[in-house]
Amino acid sequence: MKYAFELKNVKKHYGKVVALDGVTLRAEEGKVYGMLGPNGAGKTTIVKILSTLIEPDKGVATVAGIDISLDPTSVRKTIGLAGQFAAIDEFLTGRENIYMVGLLYGLKAKESKTRTTDILERLNLTDAADRQVKTYSGGMRRRLDLGASLVGHPKILFLDEPTTGLDPRTRKELWEIIRDLAKDGTSILLTTQYLEEADELADKIAVIDYGKVIAEGTSAQLKAKLGGDMVEFEMTNEADYRKALEATKGISKGIKGDDFELTIKIPVKHSATDLLKITQIVDRAGVKPQNISLHKPTLDDVFLAITGKKPKHQLPKKPKGGKQ
Amino acid sequence: MTTVLAGFRDGWIVTRRNLLRYMRLPQLVVISSIQPIMFLTLFNFVFGGAIGATVAGSGPYINYLLPGILVQTILFGSLQTGVGLSRDLNAGIIDRFRSLPMSRSAVLTGRTSADIIRSSLVAMILLGMGYVYGFRFQNGAGDAVMMIALILAFGYAFSWIAAFVGLAVKDEETAQLAGFLFIFPLTFASATFVPTATMPHWLQVFANNQPVTFAVTAARHFALGTPSGGAEWKLLAWIVGILLVFIPLSIYSYKKRS
Repeated sequence: MKYAFELKNVKKHYGKVVALDGVTLRAEEGKVYGMLGPNGAGKTTIVKILSTLIEPDKGVATVAGIDISLDPTSVRKTIGLAGQFAAIDEFLTGRENIYMVGLLYGLKAKESKTRTTDILERLNLTDAADRQVKTYSGGMRRRLDLGASLVGHPKILFLDEPTTGLDPRTRKELWEIIRDLAKDGTSILLTTQYLEEADELADKIAVIDYGKVIAEGTSAQLKAKLGGDMVEFEMTNEADYRKALEATKGISKGIKGDDFELTIKIPVKHSATDLLKITQIVDRAGVKPQNISLHKPTLDDVFLAITGKKPKHQLPKKPKGGKQ
Repeated sequence: MTTVLAGFRDGWIVTRRNLLRYMRLPQLVVISSIQPIMFLTLFNFVFGGAIGATVAGSGPYINYLLPGILVQTILFGSLQTGVGLSRDLNAGIIDRFRSLPMSRSAVLTGRTSADIIRSSLVAMILLGMGYVYGFRFQNGAGDAVMMIALILAFGYAFSWIAAFVGLAVKDEETAQLAGFLFIFPLTFASATFVPTATMPHWLQVFANNQPVTFAVTAARHFALGTPSGGAEWKLLAWIVGILLVFIPLSIYSYKKRS
């Protein structure tokens, strides 16, 4: 079986700082592989190794079955890279940026031109295509950066935190585009700090911390470890708390009551509809809760569930492209 | 052969990108012309009267001065190579280029080529200003072309030193400063503005044997017909030497960044 990419016991250190401490993972072709972890966990280092920017100190990394150390040129022909910091030229127009990258992928002038027009259309940038990038919004820059990575018809796409720093609406637009690309059969590596994003987009997720894979599985498997979303009720007195606990008994597995805080946590599968149902049950029991909240698990909860501690931010590396 | 061709093709694509940037930032060409014009004006009118007579062997001081300022200007222009590369590195653009199946030399040849084209433009502006101040080539068009070609070749070689520095340092400010640090002494402790004869002995030893003096002496030789003492050949050796050392070094450094 051929994998989109594969790392075998890959190690990388910068001076005394260990960036990757023996990472082994493999991604199936045509799937979205999510890599979840806090800043400095080693995600970007993995992307840099797979996109031939740096070589591992130890271990083997292959992309489309090709060893990146032995034949980086062939790897470069099959990949596209879009980073956290939009790597595009401010003073060129959107069209000029993509066209140039197309030529550098080896496309003929005419081919690069039509491909550029198609991509701009697909990413909804046609109207802004002939404006200099310095006039673009953050979301438009990310889309253009993504566009530049697509121009060479890559089989494998590396997206390093493509939505970091974007507002929720722009983030969702980008999600749509990524989903579309996945539908076309492009293999995608997506790194993110947001559990929600990995959950939305990835077929398989690796959780990375301190340069190691600490968990791997589908979103459902990871969530099973977490217990998924929770509805939380907070009562004003113990009598109400008892009543509510009695009323909700058995509606879900793993209900937790805290008789000191007077709170009840109920794991739910379909957060919105379940929340409505539970609220009705509690209401019928004649209880007036002080507070009701829906709690979605975050990256912190994943780490709490897997390692028993919150993620630590390791390796504070200077972000590239801070000045835009 | 195909890799050489691909190298030229990719190099040209990157050159065009850099030239487009310069065209969209015309103030960069304007400002880089203002500084040498200011130098030319100040030296010509402030010092010209006092030292013009001492160096008058070649006629008016402007004739002596212009080839020197031209060399200095082109060298300062070369520093832009390091600054530009450093900027692209920090903007992540170099990472994109390095992930593409393009020639490993193209980013550097594209940068140095665009910079020498911009420098040529600045040189023309400066020459025009020199003509306004009374500068005249004394040795005919052929030698005038030789002078310009030699100065540009020297500037191109310096661009590769700047490229190496730009890839080695962390940010563009450092690239700029590091460049100034070695270009200032080189241009002032030389025959750029005044003959080296009045300098203290130890400085003369340095000034008479460093490439900027060779460049200025050769430039004057072609512009005015003054004796060169073989400076043009010594300069050529420097140019070839710099290119032989710094092209491979810079490309190595570009490939190996981690």
